[in-house]
Amino acid sequence: MKKTEKEQAAWLIAVSGANPGACMRCGRCTAACPVAGEMDIKPHHFASFLLHGQAGALLQSQSIWVCLSCMACSERCPRGVDPARLMEAVRQGAVRPRGETHLSPDDVPALLQEDMPQQALAAAFRKYRK
Amino acid sequence: MKIYSYFPGCTLKDKARELERQARLCAEKLGFSLREIPNWQCCGAVYPMAEDEIAPKLSAVRALQYAREQGQDLVTVCAACHHVIKRVNDDMAVGGDVAMRANRYLGLQPPYQGQTRVLHYLEVLRDEVGFDTLRQKVVHPLSGRQIGAYYGCMLLRPSSVLRFDDPESPTILEDFLTALGAEPVLYPMRNECCGGYRTVTDPQGAARAAARVTGNAAACGAQELMTACPLCRYNLEKSGTPGMKVTYFTELLAQALGVEEEPQ
Repeated sequence: MKKTEKEQAAWLIAVSGANPGACMRCGRCTAACPVAGEMDIKPHHFASFLLHGQAGALLQSQSIWVCLSCMACSERCPRGVDPARLMEAVRQGAVRPRGETHLSPDDVPALLQEDMPQQALAAAFRKYRK
Repeated sequence: MKIYSYFPGCTLKDKARELERQARLCAEKLGFSLREIPNWQCCGAVYPMAEDEIAPKLSAVRALQYAREQGQDLVTVCAACHHVIKRVNDDMAVGGDVAMRANRYLGLQPPYQGQTRVLHYLEVLRDEVGFDTLRQKVVHPLSGRQIGAYYGCMLLRPSSVLRFDDPESPTILEDFLTALGAEPVLYPMRNECCGGYRTVTDPQGAARAAARVTGNAAACGAQELMTACPLCRYNLEKSGTPGMKVTYFTELLAQALGVEEEPQ
């Protein structure tokens, strides 16, 4: 049975292993994020969206593809929320359903650069596909 | 001669072969040896952060268990492998659901509980060899070279698990450069992301991140950059300030120790 949006949000919180309830909306994660300027939903909003059961907007957001998983947000969070894990859970939520992917192996020949390290592809497939 | 279990990782067997070759040559000169773990599997390049990810962590657990059986510390040269294996090791030590399932699946008896010590090659230099000893072994000091140390993300964060250095004011790479006789150049963005794996699907997005880093380094007087990560090197060289050379730390080490007279 398909989850309601609220159930989906609860599942994302559980899978993240993070602690959105501790967020005090100080915005330090967004200030630390090197790509927050390119995000439609900023890192510090992820916690409140999830707590309010608004999973749909997050799953549709471009932020999860812009995020670099550099963990600056989590390192600098004064409350131990670990926003990088929230971002990761939503990304997982977006790529896990059957047929959903942000990167298909068929895309790779066109994207591949001669000198691109293997590590880049290994990482991209971990992040963008299940 | 101390022997370490060594996890090379995918990139060190192909696009970053020199990183492995130089690391091995220098290890010999410094009195330790890297013994490659047989049948190692790719670490996955990024740590699987979701709580329910077990399978993507198993390659790291297998490598850790092998090192434990040998009674050796596990050494990596790649910053990404180090990051993944150290974090998985922490999962196993903490002993939650992941540790229980991984042990059960792999049939490990007695269970693996994070017993193996995971070290990056730079940690071996700092904590086992010692930078003072390293300095004494330098035959070609890198005098006059103004080098910006680039840390990036994966060596430092999350600091509570990696315990590599201070995440905001790290010194290990600068101390390393000083030991080699170079002049480390401090610049604020040395621990900001290079753009990472985003370069695969959105090269322009990654390029903006890389250009910010190299521009900042150049403005602070760096003539070249040093990194421990093949993806950082790729991003910084491809998209960074034109003419800003980026080298692996092992290349500088090999030059300073005189194990490699001519740049390859």
